[in-house]
Amino acid sequence: MSILLREDFTFIVQGITGREAVNLTRECLDYGSRVAGGVTPGRKGREVHGVPVFDTVEQAIAAHGAPVDGSVVTVPPAFTKDAVFEALAHGIKLIVVVTERVPRRDVAEMVELAGLHDARIIGPNCLGVIAPGVCKMGGIGGPAKDAAKAYAAGSVGVMSRSGGMTTEISSSLSAAGLGVSTAVSIGGDAIIGSTYAELMPLFEADPETDAIVIYTEPGGRMEAQLAEWRRNAGSRLPIVAFMAGKFMDDEEMKGMTFGHAGTIVEGPDDTATEKIARLEAGGIRVVERIDEIPDAVESALRSGDAMAGVARSAR
Amino acid sequence: MRFYEYESRRIVERAGIPVTRYGFCTTAGAAREAAARIGGPVVIKSQVLTGGRMKAGGVRFADTPEEAEVDAAAILELEINGHLPRGVLVDPKADVAQEYYAGVVWDGTAKRPLMLFSDMGGIDIEEVAAEHPGHVGRGHLSNLIGPGDYEAKQVIAQTGLTGSELTRATPVLARLARLFRAHDMTLAEINPLARLTDGTFVALDAHMEMEKEAKPRQRELLVETLGIRPGDTREAYTPSEFERNVAAIDAADHRGVIQGRDHGFDGDLGLVIGAGGGSLTLTDAVRSQGGRPANYTEIGGNPSVAKACGLAKEVLSKDGVTKIAVMMSIVSNTRVDIVARGVIKACLELDRDPGETIAIFRIPGAWEEEGFKILDRYGVEYCDRSVSMWEAARRAVEKVQGGDGGRAPNAAGGRVLR
Repeated sequence: MSILLREDFTFIVQGITGREAVNLTRECLDYGSRVAGGVTPGRKGREVHGVPVFDTVEQAIAAHGAPVDGSVVTVPPAFTKDAVFEALAHGIKLIVVVTERVPRRDVAEMVELAGLHDARIIGPNCLGVIAPGVCKMGGIGGPAKDAAKAYAAGSVGVMSRSGGMTTEISSSLSAAGLGVSTAVSIGGDAIIGSTYAELMPLFEADPETDAIVIYTEPGGRMEAQLAEWRRNAGSRLPIVAFMAGKFMDDEEMKGMTFGHAGTIVEGPDDTATEKIARLEAGGIRVVERIDEIPDAVESALRSGDAMAGVARSAR
Repeated sequence: MRFYEYESRRIVERAGIPVTRYGFCTTAGAAREAAARIGGPVVIKSQVLTGGRMKAGGVRFADTPEEAEVDAAAILELEINGHLPRGVLVDPKADVAQEYYAGVVWDGTAKRPLMLFSDMGGIDIEEVAAEHPGHVGRGHLSNLIGPGDYEAKQVIAQTGLTGSELTRATPVLARLARLFRAHDMTLAEINPLARLTDGTFVALDAHMEMEKEAKPRQRELLVETLGIRPGDTREAYTPSEFERNVAAIDAADHRGVIQGRDHGFDGDLGLVIGAGGGSLTLTDAVRSQGGRPANYTEIGGNPSVAKACGLAKEVLSKDGVTKIAVMMSIVSNTRVDIVARGVIKACLELDRDPGETIAIFRIPGAWEEEGFKILDRYGVEYCDRSVSMWEAARRAVEKVQGGDGGRAPNAAGGRVLR
């Protein structure tokens, strides 16, 4: 099984005629995903790789003849909020926002409105979600054959603030024979629709998922939130974390952002060092090296404890 | 994007929050005139985008316009943390009965703005929150409705304020919350917010930061009201030649995105690395294994050969760079063969042997077979996804430090570092 997606999951693509959207539509179709339609205002009547294009979400759903489960939003930043509001207004419950550089205020409005509609947003500034062999929603993993190469079905749930690192980590888990249950590129911005802690209950309820790997960066409080969730929830899932951007803790790097907009360090709790301490205090194993992830997961699965193999004094 | 105090004051003033009759001056003579206009004792404050100006001597008190002129002249030449002031703010010395703090920040976990108010103003709010939690009121705002005056009132009332203090402070915090939202701020602070002896409230200092992504839609405030030039980026430091050159190469071609930084880096291993998370991971991997990066880069999207070449040339041209490491996490959008062609072209154009100059090429993913063929032809060491990013970084560090046992350091321009 998987989280968020399933075999018959159906979605639309908003902004489907854009260059990136055309590519991801092709990739998703090749992977076997069901893309019911696309929306670009003023382009009704066209087709993108056989997918009909409409002016409005309403038209796309009407033509499909049934509700659609999700939408991939890839429109310019100034129009992103409106596109998400349109999807929410038509009952779409899972919205992947690919667009980068959406102002925080717009993101916060989208997320709050989604909450009122009982819907979920992934992103913005993300590559989407993939359940290996089940469904690919977004550009995650790239072309279908590349996605198949990097993502084998398995037992590890992956969540990452970096789209590229979602694939890198999943590929190493697949090569190690562990595989991936669902991988979520959660997005690199300061405010995102779904944080680690907010997705954890879904993985917790997924019988196919036995362990979690997260990729994380300086900036924000998402890791503290995850550590707190784990302490309080009595979760069955061991979590292994990798923290990139430790060099940003250096004095001369203060006040700079690297990589993603969300890496802005706004307080003393946002640094890599502080976050690692918090994750570990929450019983989450933080590996130093990216190539240690599969071994750390394996040993956690053997013992049922992510901190297995870590000396007590280091806990 | 940060604002100078004189701009922040203008922003709060425009939002209907009372301020003193301050003057912003760029010359000592103008400061003297401003002080004369104000009449009575004044405060002269350095206008810099850095903290600690009080300690550095960037704030002075003057009783007469003549003193104000002397103080302004001194402050205008005083560098604070490497920054020369843009000017001075001349402010009447206010008759303060009490100082408060009013602020609005983002709470990323709640995904809502957070209002803060304290009756202990003038000092750092974190310090007050840690040591006197009862003196800090808080309240989250909806992103969709309001903010209403009652929400500000609730926050202020938490600190125990009542009577006219409460009713006069309420509109200040409510207006601050509205301007935070209307102008896409990430931080809006009035500290101190002062109650004068006549009972009125004025903002004595203000600190605003706006989200970079929102700058296009805040043109009216930025350009028309504040007169900020579009090129005035307000970065914490002046971009280096390398950074400017990389930005120019990026701007010249819409295909793909490249970024380069060398602020804070001064090593011998040039990094041509990519994707946001991959670049962070690789920079750490190089440093953790004793390597000294000369720079930081990000390759994203699908850059043209010219763009990849331009970036690699800039990195190779940096002082002290002997070799470059070309590394990324698995790519699906960027084409491996295009980056390979770009970095090889850069070596050839600089008359350097690609096989010697490129310490390692580790970009697995889209079009990798084609890329690896090209790399083979030029004798460049490469690896696929079976070699981890950590291991690729290790090989690069080993080579640049001359410990690869096989190849000699580049005879053309390299130096042996052991």
